[in-house]
Amino acid sequence: MLQEAMTDSAGRARVDARARFGRPYARGRRAWHHLAPRPVLLVASVLAVGVSAVPLVYLAVRTAEAGGSRIAAVLRTPGLAELTLRSLALMAVVTAGCLVIGVGTALLVVRTDLPARRFFAVVAALPLAIPTYVAGYAWVSLVDDFHGFAAAAVVLVLCCSPYVYLPTAAALAGADPATEEASRALGRGPWATFVGVTLRQIRPAITAGALLVALYVLSDFGAVAILRVNTFTLAIFTSFNLGFDRTGALVLSTMLVLLTMAVLVGELLARRTTTRYARVGSGARRPPERIALGPWRPVALAGLAAVALAALGIPAGAMARWFSVGVSRPGSLAEIAAAMGNTLTFSAAGAALTMLLALPIGLLGARAPGPVAAVLDRVTYVSHALPGVVVGLSLVFFGINVAYPLYQTPWLLALAYAALFLPLGVGAVAGAAAQAPPGLEEAARSLGRGPLSVFRTVTVPLTLPGIGAGAALVFLTCMKELPATLLLRPTGADTLATELWTHTSVAAYAAAAPYAALLVLLAAIPTWLLAVRSGATGPAVIGGGS
Amino acid sequence: MRTFRTAAVVTVAALLATGLAACGGGSNGGGSPAALTVYSGRSEALVGPLIQQFTQETGITVDVRYGNTAQMAAQLMEEGDRSPAHVFLAQDAGALGAVAKAGLFAPLPEEILDRVPAQYRATNGQWVGVTGRARVLAYDSQTLDPADLPASVFDLTAPEWRGRVGVAPTNASFQAFVTAMRVQHGDDRARQWLADLAANDPQIRENNVQIVADIDEGRLAVGLVNHYYVFERAKELGVGIDDLRVRLHFFPDGDTGALVNVSGVGLLSSAADNANARRFIEYLLSPTGQRYFAEQTFEYPLIAGVALDPALPPLDELEAPDIDLNDLDTLAATVEMIQQSGLTT
Repeated sequence: MLQEAMTDSAGRARVDARARFGRPYARGRRAWHHLAPRPVLLVASVLAVGVSAVPLVYLAVRTAEAGGSRIAAVLRTPGLAELTLRSLALMAVVTAGCLVIGVGTALLVVRTDLPARRFFAVVAALPLAIPTYVAGYAWVSLVDDFHGFAAAAVVLVLCCSPYVYLPTAAALAGADPATEEASRALGRGPWATFVGVTLRQIRPAITAGALLVALYVLSDFGAVAILRVNTFTLAIFTSFNLGFDRTGALVLSTMLVLLTMAVLVGELLARRTTTRYARVGSGARRPPERIALGPWRPVALAGLAAVALAALGIPAGAMARWFSVGVSRPGSLAEIAAAMGNTLTFSAAGAALTMLLALPIGLLGARAPGPVAAVLDRVTYVSHALPGVVVGLSLVFFGINVAYPLYQTPWLLALAYAALFLPLGVGAVAGAAAQAPPGLEEAARSLGRGPLSVFRTVTVPLTLPGIGAGAALVFLTCMKELPATLLLRPTGADTLATELWTHTSVAAYAAAAPYAALLVLLAAIPTWLLAVRSGATGPAVIGGGS
Repeated sequence: MRTFRTAAVVTVAALLATGLAACGGGSNGGGSPAALTVYSGRSEALVGPLIQQFTQETGITVDVRYGNTAQMAAQLMEEGDRSPAHVFLAQDAGALGAVAKAGLFAPLPEEILDRVPAQYRATNGQWVGVTGRARVLAYDSQTLDPADLPASVFDLTAPEWRGRVGVAPTNASFQAFVTAMRVQHGDDRARQWLADLAANDPQIRENNVQIVADIDEGRLAVGLVNHYYVFERAKELGVGIDDLRVRLHFFPDGDTGALVNVSGVGLLSSAADNANARRFIEYLLSPTGQRYFAEQTFEYPLIAGVALDPALPPLDELEAPDIDLNDLDTLAATVEMIQQSGLTT
């Protein structure tokens, strides 16, 4: 108990108070500190979450404008219940599939003696670089009659499994084998140790990855549109197209927000308290013992190779085929270079702003865990589940009414990316901060440094690798983003994703192929960095925190 | 090591700052602002060369924002009168009508409006059609003879067409087509047709491009699309239109299936006095501009005296149903009818 309390300076005060007075609450200034620990971080976090909440404010405003009768009319759209159930079913199936593939791959790569481990460690993460609309087009053009629920599930599982694979692999690589050895020494068999100790240790990482997958599936439009699965997001887009009246679409988006909140609440309730593992004494950090696969080796290799072929080979093959069959060609080299430059700049700005906003929220979650930090963290997930077009329109609204000088500049687009991808950044920061011992910060404070100095010289350097990994993840996700970019980019500035969309909308697939290939190649670089980092012994990359 | 890291951070920050400053100016590269801002729901691949031609001939620089028509209309309505746009080029009349209804358009000069027949422009003069897009039945010429094709769009709900008809119900041109049916034959007949179609195992696609591609590859027998998609496909594959498997069939005798939609343009009220914007709209409706559309996008020019692709029947021969493309209140009811029929779920 003392160890748990020692991870939190306010908690220590709590323990001391209880020991001294036998009461759970301290008094006066300390009471305030107990109720709102880390006030500076709290204020910064609330401001950062405010940015993420701009789409929610917009939806509330427009839905209120719509009026009760219009809302009732939208809710009476035939088949809405069926759509909702189908979206939830797709979410469940894809999450389950990603868990199987992601956790399985992570175990095989980190904890067994699989040959060519390093190769598979990188290849398993690479599907993250492929946008779902590219993957959808690729599968449709190569496989006959490929559409429907099962097809969409396959494509989404292949594209999203890295969200589970990366944090799980990092957690497995970083987990201390001493606890497992202790469990074996106390008489538990290998399977019981695996379930009781190893899985429990990596569960936060798995859960964080699974939540990201679930909410991404709710928001995805590219794959479900191409593969013709009627989900909630498709209903929102149909509403925009039918009658050119955005009110219906926005009322549906509000419903999606409520659905997301239900999923988040469900996740919170289903989750039991995370057991923290701490060592007394430093001991020696050892690499984990690898399980010998023996006769299962070819099976494991075949499985991983099949998944890699499906996830990477099919899009590559399709792009090659488009380019060879079609007549259209992309624009000049200058156009392609300009698009590439814009993609890199906008994504870099988006990643920088996102990590800046994620920093206080993640630190709050790691240093002062509690209901406030948990709520702030969860609110960022709600905007993540909204379709990009809704977030884009909300920022048009914000830009026009509040920040007109910023309208149609890269800064507002960076804000949109931050609103969309904040959970990715928060997870990375929280994971990195949870791994960095707070004792070092407290030691620095006790030696006389001010809080800002401690932040600059102790906290930031310790968490920087994790923050860098989070930035890489947000960077590559920004590169793939399309609908918000279309709405908010400076007029005349094109990115690789928007050029790709321009050409595919007139069926000029051959012209689109080089843009798709370039997009995937560029996104593969941060993905490779992420894979290399998580495979090694390092802090958790995504989630892995509280 | 520490200085290397600091240097790296400073370099990245500098690159970021210059990059953002540079691309903040868009296509002008941060120089003087363009003389005209156009929001285009039409694809860059289709209208980009024409706009460049306009700049070359008149010297007026144009900043074009490309996007999907529906989302562009939503953006314009969200921006309101603070919109930086001067002109809205839309893929169909419904979007123009929606923006006009929001009070964002200024009435166009009579001189411009008179170039185009009355049914292809707004009755209050707030938008004008630029090109015509005929609804057709695309069919698979390898499995179907022209004699096998239905004489009327109402025949597509017959049992022999079960599971063989491709439609894109979320497409604006399909909505306009259903509106035309309601005007010509009444609400009840239209509702019945939609219900019968939904019950006849229709092959729903997201857009007309997919319908044409599926017919050309033998996965669909027929589809209700706009005429120029087949030409687009021929262009992409580098073949003549007669070499394609997919062919066009125009419904005869003024059948609803022969509706002509328009793509059009409107002038934003904030730009009512902008001479460049008016010149741009005039250029779109000039012989040069209309010839571009006839030759490059294979659409119907709306002004008199411009030659057409020989494979297309002339506009006046089409006997298209006479409907008011302006009537938005009708459109809202059409939308509800399509939704109730179950075609979009």
